[in-house]
Amino acid sequence: MSKQEYTITIYTENHIGLLTRIATIFSRRKINIESFNTSPSEIESVFRFTIVINTTEEFVKKLCRQIERQVEVLRAYYNTNEEIIWQEMALYKVPTKIIAETVKVERLLREYGAKVVVIRTDFTIFEVTGHREETEKFIKVLEQYNLIEFVRSARIAIIKASEGFHKKLKEFESSEHGEKQFENKFLTSKEKIFTM
Amino acid sequence: MLQRDVQQMKNNFENISGSQAVLKALVAEGVKTIFGYPGGAIMPIYDALYDYQKIINHVLVRHEQGAIHAAQGFARVSGKTGVVFATSGPGATNLITGLADALIDSTPIVCITGQVFAHLLGTDAFQEADVLNITTPVTKWNYQITDANEIPFILSKAFFIAKSGRPGPVVIDITKNAQLQFFDFEGYKICEHIRSYLPKPNIRKEFIEEAAKLINASKQPFVVFGQGVILGNAEKEFLHFIEKSGIPAAWTILGMGAIPTNHKLAMGMLGMHGNYAPNVLTNKCDVLIAIGMRFDDRVTGRLDKYAKQAKIIHLDIDPAEIDKNVKSDVPVWGDCKITLPLLTELIKKKSYPDWYKQFDDCRKLEEAKCIQPDINPTGKILTMGEVVNTINELTKGEAIIVTDVGQHQMVACRYAKLNNTRSNITSGGLGTMGFALPAAIGAKFGAPKKEVIALIGDGGIQMTIQELGTIMQSKPNIKIIILNNNFLGMVRQWQELFHQKRYSFVNIESPNYVQVAKGYGIAGAKISKRSELKPAIKKILASKKSYLLEVMVRKENNVFPMVPQGKGVSEIVLSKKEI
Repeated sequence: MSKQEYTITIYTENHIGLLTRIATIFSRRKINIESFNTSPSEIESVFRFTIVINTTEEFVKKLCRQIERQVEVLRAYYNTNEEIIWQEMALYKVPTKIIAETVKVERLLREYGAKVVVIRTDFTIFEVTGHREETEKFIKVLEQYNLIEFVRSARIAIIKASEGFHKKLKEFESSEHGEKQFENKFLTSKEKIFTM
Repeated sequence: MLQRDVQQMKNNFENISGSQAVLKALVAEGVKTIFGYPGGAIMPIYDALYDYQKIINHVLVRHEQGAIHAAQGFARVSGKTGVVFATSGPGATNLITGLADALIDSTPIVCITGQVFAHLLGTDAFQEADVLNITTPVTKWNYQITDANEIPFILSKAFFIAKSGRPGPVVIDITKNAQLQFFDFEGYKICEHIRSYLPKPNIRKEFIEEAAKLINASKQPFVVFGQGVILGNAEKEFLHFIEKSGIPAAWTILGMGAIPTNHKLAMGMLGMHGNYAPNVLTNKCDVLIAIGMRFDDRVTGRLDKYAKQAKIIHLDIDPAEIDKNVKSDVPVWGDCKITLPLLTELIKKKSYPDWYKQFDDCRKLEEAKCIQPDINPTGKILTMGEVVNTINELTKGEAIIVTDVGQHQMVACRYAKLNNTRSNITSGGLGTMGFALPAAIGAKFGAPKKEVIALIGDGGIQMTIQELGTIMQSKPNIKIIILNNNFLGMVRQWQELFHQKRYSFVNIESPNYVQVAKGYGIAGAKISKRSELKPAIKKILASKKSYLLEVMVRKENNVFPMVPQGKGVSEIVLSKKEI
């Protein structure tokens, strides 16, 4: 199986030490994390991790099971890039003097979808939100104009097929969860149901 | 609200200290035995324990590692949760080996560790260690309590998590201020549900039906089972399943004892030093049914040569285990106590005479080449095999056998006869030398009416020999048999077989064990002749007190059969010549 980028989305309780638990699942297996983000979710008290790794489907599936095994983890999903909408945000600091004198800023903003966040006499900060290629392309441009600083955020992603987590959480909250026995309604979609 | 109700509510609120709440929680959880060692940061809890001595038996160990191994032994024989007290810093770090052992062997343990005052956390205070982070990779769950109000809820959660689903160790680190703090105790509620935690996965009947279809169509089905059968208390359901289906079954080291070892469908132990037949025929069966086991590398050998011809059905309570090492064709998630009867109902009553014969032929080969020379040796010097055989003869399979790690462990697990479940206590996954002595102590507290025999090598005994002090003080009646070959035998065997006999630091020397035991007030004897063996074991079994017997055995004996590392299970060899 070939490697590709997978985005893992994890819904969790807010628990001290959970970050370590999740991180050790990756570090123990010597997996390089490309991007790691934690944020609130649509539900108060439920957190959402977004992790990007480069691996095979077989491996990412096993990882998700290991993650779901953690007591405070509600669910872990993995998706290919086609299955998600994602964004990363990047900030660029450049000397205002050079920008103002030599660059057609307006063209820059239009062409790269950049925004100006701050203009000071000494420096200007641009922002680009988009995919990695887009934020990287803009570095190349600004490098010609004495780019001083660059920083990019982790990936955040929305799963196209997701219905959100409210319904799932209700299931989890019911105390009969786990005692259920299902009849033959999954047989045709074996792969799909193969997470908890 | 009525005046009466208000009064009742007030009565329900008790103002007590965090430490008292800890003890109340333990009582509510039915804890009657604790293994522990006091120290500065856990003193308030020990102070509270002082008033509970009539209800809770505290066993004072000699090292915290001893405490957790004892708790493991206790949990494994009794099915209850083992409880450990340890202090902060070194007290807690001494638990690590036991935690890792309990995690990989799925043993329910709750460790309560003291911690420095909350305001000192992160200041490198005296006896402060970052217990939460150190224990994270080796616990099923851990939590640090800094406020007494959290104690009842967190402890109930701890016991629920440790025991439910696939069991495991839990560490609760309680800062000293929380132990001392007084708070309104509203009573203790046993935890039964945590929304983010699903101890038992949902059962999907279509997979059970699919599994039954495969089994019913099979000509040479084979069951491999592990500790999951024991942990799920599903021994009866399992027996019913194999007896109806007529499928031969072999166990992993931790599954041993789930069915009587002399059952007609019991085909012995799997794995590197397991029996010949189950290893070879793993690669001949057409359907492999794995129940409550995790395809450890010591069981599978080389994965790309493991049961490639077979359809694999895997029953496990832990979804993360399914497809982890061996890809299954039919995954049956769920507690095998529930899934096995569902499966049994759907399968046909069958028998496989030709298939059994293949097992029997393999067994005869092993019997001639390995077993007989081991248990009825012709040489002058005693072998480990005949010691185990003599124990079988005298205990008739009724004893609990606790083993350490190494050659003697493999020999014991190959030859021990066990009639009862929860009778084989050993460190399987982690392979912790030094496990047996403290685990045997714990086992005796967990099953006081049973004979507990600890078989230990001359290496392992010296790792936790200080626990003789625990025996001296707490007086559990356990029988310690040291199988002394003057070597770290398993390492020596590998050096002989794979390192051109370059014996690098395996010639371990022993103290005078009988004298050491005597120093602890424990009777002891040392034997080396065949004529002494049976009388000596008879004598130790008859003893009402603990007894240490040192048996001098053959120095350079190898354990065979063996699946050499990197080889497939069917490449198992019966002697050195075949390697």
